[in-house]
Amino acid sequence: MARVLTFDQEIANLFYALDTNPVQACIQCGLCSGTCPAVAFMQHSPRAIIAMIRAGQKQALLASEAYWACAACYACTVKCPQGIDVAAMMYGLKRYALWRTHYRKVPLGADFSRRFVRLITRYGRSYEPGLAAPYLLRHGLHGLMDEMRTALGLLVKGRLPLRPHRIKRAEALRRVIGQILPVGGRA
Amino acid sequence: MTAYSYFPGCSLERMAGSYHVSTVETARALGLDLQELEDWNCCGATAYFHIDELLATTLCARNLAMAEQAGRDVVTPCSGCFKNMYAARAHLREDPDLAEHVNAALAEDGLQFQGTARVRHLIEVLVADVGLPEIRRRVVRPLRSLRVVPYYGCQILRPGKAPAEENAPHFFEDLLTAIGAAPMDFPLRDRCCGGSLIITHRRAALSMVYALLRDAEEHGAEVIATVCPLCQVNLECYQRHVNRLFGTRFALPVLYFTQLVGLALGIPERRLGIGTELISPAPLLARTAG
Repeated sequence: MARVLTFDQEIANLFYALDTNPVQACIQCGLCSGTCPAVAFMQHSPRAIIAMIRAGQKQALLASEAYWACAACYACTVKCPQGIDVAAMMYGLKRYALWRTHYRKVPLGADFSRRFVRLITRYGRSYEPGLAAPYLLRHGLHGLMDEMRTALGLLVKGRLPLRPHRIKRAEALRRVIGQILPVGGRA
Repeated sequence: MTAYSYFPGCSLERMAGSYHVSTVETARALGLDLQELEDWNCCGATAYFHIDELLATTLCARNLAMAEQAGRDVVTPCSGCFKNMYAARAHLREDPDLAEHVNAALAEDGLQFQGTARVRHLIEVLVADVGLPEIRRRVVRPLRSLRVVPYYGCQILRPGKAPAEENAPHFFEDLLTAIGAAPMDFPLRDRCCGGSLIITHRRAALSMVYALLRDAEEHGAEVIATVCPLCQVNLECYQRHVNRLFGTRFALPVLYFTQLVGLALGIPERRLGIGTELISPAPLLARTAG
């Protein structure tokens, strides 16, 4: 019978190709949580996330979506005395969640990432208004007003791109991407 | 004159257009030959790494392979692009299997990664290749005691770099001193601005920006100097949002280090893209000029 992987074994596989120590090396000192600028917005701190992985608390961790508050600034990675690339672990958890979770309501971070990848597959370059616009209504009425004033200010100053820039060899880039991930007809 | 493959990155095309023009002007004045990498593509930002690491590495590898063809090192003013391409190059050089896999994909565009082109951030090129003595020699309009906080941000100091650089960098302060400015103590100088959380987790990002603005102001800053387009946008364009959320009255201009260096070299403000800010540095700059 096939071996069923435990949660910490699955996470170990995420780390397989990375230059990092496994989460088993963690001494629970909490330097990662102490240095994290986004920790106040995580239901579980980076230190607690590692403890949950080791305790096999997969459902509780995935349900919390705590890792989507990670900005990937690597402060935790630099501070870790045990050589664990905590930021890479957060990236890994985001990918894991995208593969293994059937979201009822897709977290903003996951939705944004998917849109971003579609945009680059199509044009080869990023386009800020195309990325930000779908979320305008998500920041409340005051947020929307602030956003519109900022956008108008940027427009007046010539800082708002009006259309995406398509690279010359966009088709070739698409074929390159197609060698790694299946890309649909319309991307 | 050393030639570099210049990688502006997507933000510099419009949102951070002043970073692009001030990079070009300042580099020219310092005798750096920046040749824009033809048909470059997005570095993958952070979003690509959420979806697929191999794909993110491949995107970076395409740019690196094109720079190799041109026989030049890559230089970028964007900290995010720098970190992604720097890390991708390191992974590809350490792992021949990964490089083989990526090269099979790049063959679709007639390219191959070998790992010969290095990846540099523009500030490192200014400090290490041009050198501070040379910059000091070329200053014609020192930024007399302009109180600037050097905001390193997170990505240029992160993994794989020398521990001394990660823990106690001083090259940004040194550069500001060389152009006559007064670098102020800034304890949060390497703390993250929130990056793309500004879209995906607005409250978290605004609280991170708030902490930085407060720290800068408490340490007497008149202007924040930055080395990254994302940091500039988050710190400047979202100050209004921060002020509303936290009841503060921040009005701190945020300029690119290339604009400050350019000013000190005597380049006219307009050619450095100054005047496109949402928080004008004009009163401040009028004082330094006087």
